[in-house]
Amino acid sequence: MTAVAVGRPTRPEVANEDGRRGAAPEAEGRGLVQDEPLIFERGGWEKTGVDLPEADLDASDLAGLTRTAPIGLPGLSEPETLRHYVRLSQKNHAIDLAMYPLGSCTMKHNPRLNEKMARLPGFADIHPLQPVSTVQGALALMDQLAHWLKTLTGMPAVALSPKAGAHGELCGLLAIRAALEARGDGRRTVLVPVSAHGTNPATAAIAGYQVVEIAQTADGRVDIGDLAAKLGPDVAAVMVTNPNTCGLFERDVLEIARLTHAAGAFFYCDGANFNAIVGRVRPGDLGVDAMHINLHKTFSTPHGGGGPGAGPVVLSEALAPFAPAPWVTSGPEGFRLIERNTGDAAQAFGRLSAFHGQMGMYVRALAYMLSHGADGLRQVAEDAVLAANYVKARLSGELTPAFPDGPCMHEALFDDAWLEDTGITTLDVAKALIDEGFHPMTMYFPLVVHGAMLIEPTETESKREIDRFCEALLRLAAAAKAGDVARFKGAPFKAPLRRLDETAAARKPRLKWTP
Amino acid sequence: MRYLPLTAADRAEMLAVIGAPDIDALFADVPPAARLAGPVDLPRHAGELEVERALSRLAARNRSSGAGPSFCGAGAYRHHVPASVDHIIQRSEFLTSYTPYQPEIAQGTLQALFEFQTQVAALTGLQVANASLYDGSTACAEAVMMAARVTRRTKAVLSGGLHPHYAEAAWTLAHTAGVRVERLAAAVDAERAVTGAIDADTACVVVQTPNVFGTVTDVSAIAEAAHASGALLVVVTTEAVSYGLLKSPGEMGADIAVAEGQSIGNALSFGGPYVGLFACREAHVRQMPGRLCGETADAEGKRGFVLTLSTREQHIRREKATSNICTNSGLCALAFTVHMTLLGEAGLRRLAEVNHGRARMLRDALAAVPGVEVLTPRFFNELAMRLDKPAAAVVEALAARDIIAGVPVSRLDPAAGMDDVLLVCATETTMQDDIAAFAEALREELAR
Amino acid sequence: MRFTKEHEWIEADGDVATVGITAYAAEQLGDVVFVELPEKGKTVRAGDAFAVVESVKAASDVYAPVSGQVVEVNGALPDAPETINAMPEQDGWFAKVKLSNPSELDGLMDRAAYEQFLATL
Repeated sequence: MTAVAVGRPTRPEVANEDGRRGAAPEAEGRGLVQDEPLIFERGGWEKTGVDLPEADLDASDLAGLTRTAPIGLPGLSEPETLRHYVRLSQKNHAIDLAMYPLGSCTMKHNPRLNEKMARLPGFADIHPLQPVSTVQGALALMDQLAHWLKTLTGMPAVALSPKAGAHGELCGLLAIRAALEARGDGRRTVLVPVSAHGTNPATAAIAGYQVVEIAQTADGRVDIGDLAAKLGPDVAAVMVTNPNTCGLFERDVLEIARLTHAAGAFFYCDGANFNAIVGRVRPGDLGVDAMHINLHKTFSTPHGGGGPGAGPVVLSEALAPFAPAPWVTSGPEGFRLIERNTGDAAQAFGRLSAFHGQMGMYVRALAYMLSHGADGLRQVAEDAVLAANYVKARLSGELTPAFPDGPCMHEALFDDAWLEDTGITTLDVAKALIDEGFHPMTMYFPLVVHGAMLIEPTETESKREIDRFCEALLRLAAAAKAGDVARFKGAPFKAPLRRLDETAAARKPRLKWTP
Repeated sequence: MRYLPLTAADRAEMLAVIGAPDIDALFADVPPAARLAGPVDLPRHAGELEVERALSRLAARNRSSGAGPSFCGAGAYRHHVPASVDHIIQRSEFLTSYTPYQPEIAQGTLQALFEFQTQVAALTGLQVANASLYDGSTACAEAVMMAARVTRRTKAVLSGGLHPHYAEAAWTLAHTAGVRVERLAAAVDAERAVTGAIDADTACVVVQTPNVFGTVTDVSAIAEAAHASGALLVVVTTEAVSYGLLKSPGEMGADIAVAEGQSIGNALSFGGPYVGLFACREAHVRQMPGRLCGETADAEGKRGFVLTLSTREQHIRREKATSNICTNSGLCALAFTVHMTLLGEAGLRRLAEVNHGRARMLRDALAAVPGVEVLTPRFFNELAMRLDKPAAAVVEALAARDIIAGVPVSRLDPAAGMDDVLLVCATETTMQDDIAAFAEALREELAR
Repeated sequence: MRFTKEHEWIEADGDVATVGITAYAAEQLGDVVFVELPEKGKTVRAGDAFAVVESVKAASDVYAPVSGQVVEVNGALPDAPETINAMPEQDGWFAKVKLSNPSELDGLMDRAAYEQFLATL
């Protein structure tokens, strides 16, 4: 057997008639994009794309309970259905198409192995309420996922069932509330930094708390003095995102934890940005009491155009007894599912949803973890942070970093100072980036930075793609400074649609098709 | 590592551009005591083949529903999903895109959501539907919260026919917010008792049809009673296929309809991810939770779609938002919409009729077994039956014979005092042979 | 016309005062898409949130500049919220309040003072 060296292939001779080769196409226009009406405008009112057996309908038991009027749903044959949705799909940007650097969203590659695994009949075709003796593999998978999450975070317990990040936040705060109530403590306030995700104050309010904001320092971190001043006997929890939404590590995190605990409060960490530290830092070593993990961010379950996600919450020893059912335990007879708030679960705060959480996401996340392993996950954090700092370094000459001093973590944050006097806004830059073939960065978030542009490249972008992105932004910066306002104000020019009128949509909402 | 494109040379070059001596320098803000020196104590990376083997071994230890007779319903239903549905949702452009915050390059997702909202509104018989919530149970909890906001009242009446998990999830959210939850006693025809529990404090009445015992109820009278005292009626449906045959919630006077949409387009998947349907009257649209997609035009006058009425949501309204939800069930909603498009009204009606027919077949076969008493008088595709033995033990015994017999009520609600009641379900995937095998095995177990 | 630091204006005519949001507030919000007015007959105290105004990307409470009873609301506004951008200090008024304590007006800024205040923002 001969060892074959890996290297650049040589270009084969191509005998074209005129001896010329076409230039490699740039990702510019998408000439194949076709206009497509709504299914309701295609008119297949009696059509169906499925073949079902004849029904021998005897609805005599249901007298007076059955429909008497048409529903109003069109149908399409299979070829028409495929064409319709494939045409629609071509109007979407996607990670598989080009870089998608939405800060705070962690748009990384979604391995297809994970999709294949989630579709194994042993996972996809099992009922949540079939006897536990018939789903031992599923419970083993949940147990294994829990082990990985606990080990990676250095936390003793995890509640798997929350269905997304915000649901995880709710789970964490309700566990905190239950722990406080168990000690007869009726604290009513949650402290949240001004830079927090909107879900943090929204969740705190839903969990029954008053929200008080904590100020931020000039270098983008929690103002410890303000935190100390606002901590007191009424504070139930402090919710801090770390790394924070400015893409910075809260370097005083141990002091935040110490002050919080000294005041008798709990330290909730928003783990949306765990991707920056996975395998290198364990939140359990930072004094965290509860933290949700977005499996659809750090562990790469696909975002799917807005969901589904999964938001398991790791919990400290103090909070673990209050975790909601269900959870998995093991014994001599195999794995068991604790579904009721009795016995060991007597202190559980209740149930968050039907069944056991997002099994399909658990399978994908575990496949991702097994693929990377402890070494690969550490590399994930390192490459994600490296990529963001590289973007920051490459762009800082032309754009204005919001926090120029020191390294960032997994995302680079710029403000709009570099656009001053150009008449161009962050929104215009975002729309112009579409014409360059990229999905825009997160804009106007966090709220604490004027005209914020938050860029998260993630570890799954090649250097070549990151360079292409940086060069596109640098081109736009040059155009902006040269006064080429039209390139921005009219953008996007090359998308399936031009800029959409969101004001009209909100003034007279049309939320469904009508004949 | 196959998912990480950066090479050692890339990393060195990038560090040089940054001006950092090594990767550790980029983690300088982490307190030294919290920096891990090396990988945590977990296995090292593995190839695709190894991972596939490991997970396939776990999958093989589960009895999949398609591997033999299976009769579980009670909130999750096994239906046939056309192959093209899964193909569409695995397209990169749908699978690997984010929430459509940049509408110019997300029209695919947005138009599909607009179609989804239109389909859900039509199915529920209400004016507006949102772009999905996590699942039916959380949609139900959100409906209770919304009713409390709309009516500014503080009591929710939950029918004893409501799925116990739904009731528990609603309690968790509601009692936290100071809304008192009155959960009525479990009964096969629990809806009869609902009207009597409505009072001047009642924000909403939550009724499920078909209920957890399978009973189909015309809730029009409950709607009238609720409205007469200023309360809203929330109608819950866990089996969305039933919309094809039964009167819609809107037709019966519901103010809010919520449902589990899993049945259409989505796999059982051991309980998730699923898709919560949420529809209501137009007058209450600004109190709705979750994302809404709306129609508008672009700068050249071409029709397009955007997320709209966002000031209800957490990213703008923060602590005053109507819900904390952000990520929803987008891809499951797409699966729902593609499957519904394939079905069309004709296919959905046929599917519903086949389901009802199979359930009647199941009822007839089981009713003939000595020791079985069918309890549900009017059902769609699931029903409750009393056995002359504890249902959980019978289910275990039949599982040992490779028949998944259904869901014992004791597993869902031990406090109901219905340990001898079994919930069974049949769908278009239930074959006559399956039913015969079940009836025969049940006959033997009950005779033991 | 008097002004508050929360950018409401108020103009009294006898013991009834008309309330709205200032041109500056309307400009900051951007295109107004929705307004929620108080119920007629509602009693408010100075500083209470008594209306809501929204653009596509922002939602703001509008605070009652004075105490009193809402005697009239601008019924044309909900169907034409763009009036708030076009004529914030005329046709874009929100509500009329019967003053329960007219001396509260004395604590508010006049236009010169409000413009001075805006210059500090």
